Amino acid sequence: MSGSKCRVCKEPAIIDLPRHNANFCAEHLLQLCRRQVEKAIKDHDMLAPDDRVLVAVSGGKDSLAVWDILVDLGYHADGLYVGLGIGEYSDTSYEHTQAFAAERGLSLQVIDLRAEYGYDVPTAAKVTRRVPCSACGLSKRHLFDRAALDGGYDVVVTGHNLDDEAAVLFGNTLRWDVEYLSRQYPVLPARHGFPKKVKPLMRLTEREMAAWCIVRGIDYQVEECPMAIGNKHLAYKDALNAIERQSPGSKASFYLEFVDKMAPILADRSQAATGDLHRCAICGSPTTGDECAFCRLRERVGGHDPVPVELVLHGKARRAYLAGRQGAEG
Amino acid sequence: MLVRLRQPKREVTIDGARTVNQLLDELDMNRESFLVIRNGTLVPGDGRLDDDDTIEIRPVVSGG
Repeated sequence: MSGSKCRVCKEPAIIDLPRHNANFCAEHLLQLCRRQVEKAIKDHDMLAPDDRVLVAVSGGKDSLAVWDILVDLGYHADGLYVGLGIGEYSDTSYEHTQAFAAERGLSLQVIDLRAEYGYDVPTAAKVTRRVPCSACGLSKRHLFDRAALDGGYDVVVTGHNLDDEAAVLFGNTLRWDVEYLSRQYPVLPARHGFPKKVKPLMRLTEREMAAWCIVRGIDYQVEECPMAIGNKHLAYKDALNAIERQSPGSKASFYLEFVDKMAPILADRSQAATGDLHRCAICGSPTTGDECAFCRLRERVGGHDPVPVELVLHGKARRAYLAGRQGAEG
Repeated sequence: MLVRLRQPKREVTIDGARTVNQLLDELDMNRESFLVIRNGTLVPGDGRLDDDDTIEIRPVVSGG
C-alpha cells in the first residue's frame, strides 16, 4: 500500500510526479496527459478539429500513446509504420503496432524498407559507415513526408516527448549549433513541398507516456532499439535525468522556456537557413541538391545483401545486444 | 520479492519489505528513468513492496 493520495480526488495514487510536486490516481493521470496535449495543440496551433492526421508509429510507448490520445480527443488519425529491418526488434515493434491498430479498428499503413526500397537500416549503416540512427532518421523523415503528401494528409504527428526535445536541445546547446537551435520548434509548417509536422507530446515526459500506456493497457515495445544503445541522445537524457532528480521541473523549464523565449529570437535565423530548394531528379521531393538524401542513400546501399544487426554494433551496444539474445534464449 | 528487470531481461530476488523509492535507490536507478509495476498496476514512490510481490522495474528512456 502507498500513503500518497491523488492531488485531485484524494484516492490512492499510482504515480508520483515530482515536477508537479503531486501524486495522481490512474483517472487523473490520464486527465493530466490529455490536458497537456490539448494545451500543446492549442498554444502552437498544431491541429484543426477536421484535419486528416498521419501519426508516425514505431510500436514504442510514445508513438502509440500519441495516437491513442489523439483518437481519444476525437481527431481523425491514421498510422504509418516503417519496417526498418532491425532484426527481432523490428519484428516485435511491428507486432505491437499492428495489434494496437487492429484492437482499436484504426487504419495503419505499412512500408517495409527492404521489400520496397532494397535496403534496411543495419545494411545502410554498414555500407555508409555512419551511425545507424542517421540512415534510420533520414529514411523515416522522407517516407513520412511522402506518405503524408501522397495520402492527402494535413499534418504528420510524431511522438517526440519533452525528454526527446530537451535532449536534442541539450546537444544543440553544448555545440551552440545555432542552425539546429533555430529549427527546434514543436511545429514545422507545411512549406516547399514538405508537410506540416507537429509534436503534441512536447509537454509530457517519457515517464508520463510510459505510465499512460500502462494505465491504458497498451502493450508496447519496451526493449530499446539495439542500434541506439550507447548513443549520444541517451547520454544527454541520462545527464538531464540526473539534474531532474536533484531539481524536479528542470527539463520542462529548459525546453519549454526555450520554446517560449529563445525560439522567437531565433526565428529569423530559421527563415534564412532555408536553402534554395528544387525537386529531386529521381523522386520529386524537395532538396537543395540534384537528388535528395534519401535517393542518394538508396542508390548507394540498395541491393546489398542484408547485414545482420550484430555486425553493425560495437562496444556497449554489442555487449547489450548479445546479452539480450543470451537472455532470450536462456 | 522477485524483481524483473529489462535491457537486458533478467530477474533478481531481494529480501525484505521496502518502498519503491528505497528499492530504486538500492539498485542505483534514477526514479526519473523507471516505473515500478506490480500485477499490472503502477506503484508510486512511497508504495510498499513486500516479500511475496513480483514486480517489474520498467525503463522509460528510449534513444530513438
